[in-house]
Amino acid sequence: MKIFVFPEVYQGEVKEISFEILGLAQEIKEKTGGDLHVLLAGKGVKEFVPQFGLADKVLLLDNEKLEGVSPFIYQNILFQVLKDRAPELILFGHTSIGMDLAGFVALKLNFPMVAFCKNVKAENGHLMATSLICGGKILADVKIKDNKGVCLVLPGSYPAEKGKVEGTKEVEELSLSEIEEKIKFERFIIPEVEDIDITKENILVGVGRGIQNQENLEVAEELAQVLGGALAASRPVVDQGWLPLTRVVGRSGKSVKPKLYLSLGISGAPEHVEGMKDAGLIIAINTDPNAPIFQTAHYGVVGDIFDIVPALVEEIKARK
Amino acid sequence: MKIIVPIKMVPDLVEELEIDESGKRLDTSFLRFTINEADDHAIEEAVILKEKYGGEVTVIAPDIGEVDDVLYAAAAKGVDRLIKIMGDFEELDSHLYASILTEMIKDMQYDLILTGCEAITDLDGQTGIFLATNLSLPYIGLVSKYKKEDGSLCVNKEFPGGVYGEYKVELPAVLGVMAAEKPPRYVPVAKIRAAMKSAQIEEIDAPEIKVETGIEIEKMYVPEVGKGAEMIEGEPEEVAKKIAEALQNKGLL
Repeated sequence: MKIFVFPEVYQGEVKEISFEILGLAQEIKEKTGGDLHVLLAGKGVKEFVPQFGLADKVLLLDNEKLEGVSPFIYQNILFQVLKDRAPELILFGHTSIGMDLAGFVALKLNFPMVAFCKNVKAENGHLMATSLICGGKILADVKIKDNKGVCLVLPGSYPAEKGKVEGTKEVEELSLSEIEEKIKFERFIIPEVEDIDITKENILVGVGRGIQNQENLEVAEELAQVLGGALAASRPVVDQGWLPLTRVVGRSGKSVKPKLYLSLGISGAPEHVEGMKDAGLIIAINTDPNAPIFQTAHYGVVGDIFDIVPALVEEIKARK
Repeated sequence: MKIIVPIKMVPDLVEELEIDESGKRLDTSFLRFTINEADDHAIEEAVILKEKYGGEVTVIAPDIGEVDDVLYAAAAKGVDRLIKIMGDFEELDSHLYASILTEMIKDMQYDLILTGCEAITDLDGQTGIFLATNLSLPYIGLVSKYKKEDGSLCVNKEFPGGVYGEYKVELPAVLGVMAAEKPPRYVPVAKIRAAMKSAQIEEIDAPEIKVETGIEIEKMYVPEVGKGAEMIEGEPEEVAKKIAEALQNKGLL
């Protein structure tokens, strides 16, 4: 199978998702034979070529104009590169960048597409994917017809270590053709850390929609205090303006690895789980027995956080 | 600015999801459908942009579940035109929905199309980018800040780690909305009732289109609950004791 992988390189580094999908591509290649191509495009990306040792060929496009992964330009580059190279499987991360590119490529090449992939594999001559949909509540095994497809792979689905092989086999340098700049990258805005840095905390109390309103944050705050930790949140809490964006864990926030992650009223949608699944100990409390968070947690409690958390605060105080 | 907001109706995740007899589909017979959350933000942002720069907002929705309530709520927020696409939408995948929207929108007048950056049911890809590709428009997703500059829109796209990328987007364009500048406004029931009397929902038959997604669902299932997690049961005090013990055992207290 001829597999193409699109790694994410910006702000001077290759992002972990790139190695995750590269490792996955390698595993498929080992089963089906064929070759693995990496399309490395960006400004100053040439120095990263040796990080893609698994690639049979690195297609390199290093150009001044390619700063900031502007979707319009990259969509067109991808299409130009792929259309004459007979790709069979094209892998992207289900990320901010991948989601701006995969759909375009799929429609233009007339390839089927599968999003939210936890897994992609070749089985009995068929290309199959397993997708985690409905906020992590449903899994779907999907057959990709004609064995040609574009897949968006959820971050954290595959170990990055497998993709991290150093070396260089073959490099083909590409040139940038004239492309209209309908979307122009201006700059990256890095958050000022005036707030606490949740990636540096040993103990995090994560709050989700189940906290219901801003006043109730006190309940969680008290627990964080007695534990000597800090508050983190899933995205909806921040969209409501109850906590700043710096506290978000997951796709649009930070990836955290605290010793303890106590999850309160968080359902556990994949975009949140990707940011906290590697915590040392995960304890989740949620009223919904089917909440996907219970697949990631080490300990789970089906119950009301407003009953359990105050009791837990008292219990911890008594033991200290 | 003329803005079109196509929205998706998705299963309400508060409800328990079940698979039907075929083992390949959600059992929708008792499901409640609600607006996809990111689409709710798209409506909010459209209204905010209209309030700032003037113009007109049109919301388009497929006739699924409680869509009338969603459309009237949109009218109460300040949306000018409500369009309901009529058809049998048992299985409305992103490919088909994007193609239907393309047919409907291609002759309409607009400067901007706002959609949610994704929906929880987007197995076959996201509607927004498909629509943009069909209409040959630029697309950028996971956007959460918006400012008009001449014929362009200056937007912030979200990257991991709280990093924003700032981009200047030539209009017309399609944006995949991650979040509106402010949380979707609360609309009192009285205002929705008033909208039900004053606002009109235009019903338009879906154009007859067949689109192949090229994928076939072999099996749908609910992931094993608590796989790996040890479930703690009992009264709150008992649960608290057990959690505290677990923390103590790990040296976390």
